[in-house]
Amino acid sequence: MITWEIIVQLLITGLANGLIIALIALGYTMVYGIVELINFAHGDVMMLGCFLALTVVGALGGEAATPWLAIAVMLLLVPPFCAVLNWLIDRQVYRPLRAAPKLTVLVSAIGVSFVCVNLGMFWGGLPMEVFGGGTQAASAKSFPELLGYHNLLGDDAVVQLTYKEVMVAVITVPLMIVLTWFVSRTRLGTAMRAVAQNPTAAQLMGIDTNRVVGVTFLIGGALAGVAAVTAAMYTGSISFQMGYRNGLDAFTAAVLGGIGNLPGAVLGGLLIGLVRAVMEGWVSNGGQWSNTVVFGVLILVLVFRPTGILGARVREKV
Amino acid sequence: MATRGDILASGWRWLALAVVVALPAIDLVLPENARFASLVPSIMAFAIIGLGLNIISGFTGLLNLGAAAFMAIGVYTFSILTCPIYPFQIGFFPGLVAAALAGGAAGLLLSLPTMRLRGDYVAIVTLGFGEIVQDVLKNLDAVTKGTQGLNPIAVPALPGVTFGVDNYVPWYYLYLVLLIATVWLCHNLRHSRLGRSWVAVREDELAARAMGLSTPRVKLVAFAIGSALCAVGGALFASLRGTSIEPSYYDFQQSVIILCIVIVGGMGNITGVLLGALIMVGFNNIVLTKLTESLVRNGITGDNVLASPGNWKFLLYGLALILMMRWRPEGLLPAKEVQAELHHNDPPRPQGAA
Repeated sequence: MITWEIIVQLLITGLANGLIIALIALGYTMVYGIVELINFAHGDVMMLGCFLALTVVGALGGEAATPWLAIAVMLLLVPPFCAVLNWLIDRQVYRPLRAAPKLTVLVSAIGVSFVCVNLGMFWGGLPMEVFGGGTQAASAKSFPELLGYHNLLGDDAVVQLTYKEVMVAVITVPLMIVLTWFVSRTRLGTAMRAVAQNPTAAQLMGIDTNRVVGVTFLIGGALAGVAAVTAAMYTGSISFQMGYRNGLDAFTAAVLGGIGNLPGAVLGGLLIGLVRAVMEGWVSNGGQWSNTVVFGVLILVLVFRPTGILGARVREKV
Repeated sequence: MATRGDILASGWRWLALAVVVALPAIDLVLPENARFASLVPSIMAFAIIGLGLNIISGFTGLLNLGAAAFMAIGVYTFSILTCPIYPFQIGFFPGLVAAALAGGAAGLLLSLPTMRLRGDYVAIVTLGFGEIVQDVLKNLDAVTKGTQGLNPIAVPALPGVTFGVDNYVPWYYLYLVLLIATVWLCHNLRHSRLGRSWVAVREDELAARAMGLSTPRVKLVAFAIGSALCAVGGALFASLRGTSIEPSYYDFQQSVIILCIVIVGGMGNITGVLLGALIMVGFNNIVLTKLTESLVRNGITGDNVLASPGNWKFLLYGLALILMMRWRPEGLLPAKEVQAELHHNDPPRPQGAA
């Protein structure tokens, strides 16, 4: 039976998950918009960010850490780490291939992703208590509960709203607003849009395209880092394979919204989050089919509206 | 015009074939620990899968990130039709034919929506398809037996020969014959009218269309034939292992490993794909296995995550892909046109240096 409580609950879970997916999707869509590369390693950069977050929490005392301090330290360390990692990947791997055929770069992005996955597995073998003391490197790690399950709507309320959902919204929404402002109002943001539209013309106008691409990877990485911190706290579990799953969701979101389009990525992320919430929380046995539905949607969108819901960038290069 | 390189290459080819045919005998001379010929039939099965993917990605230039899904479709068709728990039990060779038909049909089905897409969108659709196939196999565990896998499944049946787990030699020669047949098929396809249209689509789709080729149809046929070969290779591999393994075995990483077979050897080159299968699967099944065995013999066990060679696999595969794309994107044994395309910006080599 459908009650309004169920609908509200699905909305809350779906939107919280969707906001995290949207943050990752923004990194995909910005990079694709500028260098036309599906950065396969993006999800794995986020995964490594999750492992850094877990390391930080472990160093601060694990379950016993002061929540607000731990969150602040994680937000201070993880996004810069992911940003620099993403930038380094571009600098060392993708940039030398800028003139190569697209598929060449795509394949090397898959290579970077494999390397990251393997590094994540090694990281999981660290001899720290939060990592299970170094045994079972490959198993999923539970992330310490920093925020708890206290229901903000009262102990008897049917609908659950915890500090976790609030935390996701408080961290991600302002970030998206700042990003929109940055891309539409600042000089560097304008340069980014110019390079996305036409790299050669932008270069002729005196824009240092390499620098702009570098900044894009930095920003995308930082967003993935923030997504890593929020996702680790929200889902309470991390594993070295999570990058692939999250990356696919986020990429689907980016395509759904119209790749290269920032509001589109957010919209796509929210839609994917809602679809997953409905499949997992409402349809019986729906959880095991949610991947099929998400990728089915992806294929349908690509076939019938390859520019996505909001996308208008039609580029048919010869 | 046959250049010196071609003649040399064809000489090497005959030598390689002679070594492969004689390998089970050579293997007996090697010390017990170093014998590896029994591991070779799985390389041959993967070579057939690689040759299938080579038609799609190498000849036609459509990046397929879901090869493992086609492999899985072959494996599960073969397993369901030959496993004793089901009433069909149609036997090995009819099972192979059924696997080929199922794989071809799946390829056809997937290529319908992808025909008009280009470049990386094709890659994403195949990737999504791979996830869907895995999900379906996992969720229909009433039919596929989930993580248990279907077993036992049919082994080859030939008059006068017994195929068992204790003697690999019959497998070796049967799979060698099937591999040679596949190579012959791919070679002839490549030089047929159809094969030339595949390459035309890869090189320049617009120009191919302007020349009057129906590019959607060309891609569709490439997908169907390539997927059918992937499915057959998968069925051969499963028969060798005696089980359908489990749905999550056919995941994205498996697809990338199959793609590596094609890329490392040289996209679009049949000999290259064989070399790629030898390197990729040989590394996984022979080098890593032997290394792990020797570490265990010397008292180093997998307690430390860094001490197990298998744990370094994806790091090495990843680095190989990155370095390959950077320094030799055309692969070790490239098709001539691919090499020309990827190096047309290079400074000309001085005459006589090559």
